[in-house]
Amino acid sequence: MNERRLPPVTQIGMASLALIVAGGIYLSAHLPRHVPLGPAIVLLGASILLLVGNLVSLALVPDFHWRRFFAVAKWTLLAYVIIAGLIEYSFLRDHIRGGVLVVLTLSLVVFAVHVPMLVGFTVARYDESDQTVPAPTA
Amino acid sequence: MAISAGAVAPETVPPAAIERPDFEIVPRKGLILVAVVGILLIAAIASNELWPLAFFHFVGGAAWTIIDLFLGFVLGPIIGKLSVPARVEFTTRLMPKMVLIMPTVVTATLAAGWQLGVHLGTVESSFPNHGWTVASFIVVGVMAVIALGLLEPANIAVLTELKKPRPNSLVIEKLMKRFIYCAGVLGVMQVATLVIMTKLTVG
Repeated sequence: MNERRLPPVTQIGMASLALIVAGGIYLSAHLPRHVPLGPAIVLLGASILLLVGNLVSLALVPDFHWRRFFAVAKWTLLAYVIIAGLIEYSFLRDHIRGGVLVVLTLSLVVFAVHVPMLVGFTVARYDESDQTVPAPTA
Repeated sequence: MAISAGAVAPETVPPAAIERPDFEIVPRKGLILVAVVGILLIAAIASNELWPLAFFHFVGGAAWTIIDLFLGFVLGPIIGKLSVPARVEFTTRLMPKMVLIMPTVVTATLAAGWQLGVHLGTVESSFPNHGWTVASFIVVGVMAVIALGLLEPANIAVLTELKKPRPNSLVIEKLMKRFIYCAGVLGVMQVATLVIMTKLTVG
């Protein structure tokens, strides 16, 4: 198996997800009292930075198997947008408003983008090993 | 599925062909069942009635815990000891179902569980066992990061590899190892979930 050196997309993705999960736990642990938003905003901001950094570092990889990446990521994105939508509905149903709603919604956006990216990346990175395999002859 | 044909790298031995049954990575017929569960879940949350919320949370939570424990401590070690052809056959039959079952079960458990907690007041900071509730958030959070970041991508990647005309057994081996280790860790986390949930139930 010929593995190329690739940026640590999975590790960074997990760190980003861990940050928004930590922010979500922080906010939900204070309910229904007033929640100081500062820590949650810092965690969300760090998570978004990791997401952007991950996207940029992956975009800079030469000859990455983008066709396979998007073939998988688009369907995963659809599934996670539906899941995120369901969670968002739950927030609105519970009358969550204002800054807390904004932080939670942006966290869901990070979640709905980063998970499909991780799935697409994992599939596409190993798909490149396929290039070392001769095509079956008809 | 069309597979791009790349150049043959020098000194690279093509992996041996692996026999595997035909399968769908995402079983399309199963999507109907997933949609039905999703609609019923939304109806349960919208109604905010105790019984439907408890039903989704208890049934989903029980299924999630049992599947994780069984996969982590029973099936995982067995899969690890199977021969490659047996492992491939087992994987092509089990994993497509897991692609649909796990996200559905987890979403139903968490969405209904949160709404149930709001309904009963167990998620509020004034709840006497609030520390245990927060502990459950942390355990679920850790499980979510492992499942979403490692386990699910590995699951999809194994199935995608197996769909190729000539799957690479080394890639499958590596990804399956990741899958089995993750399942083991999730099994341990589920034991923590059982401890927390029984404590929250009896107060």
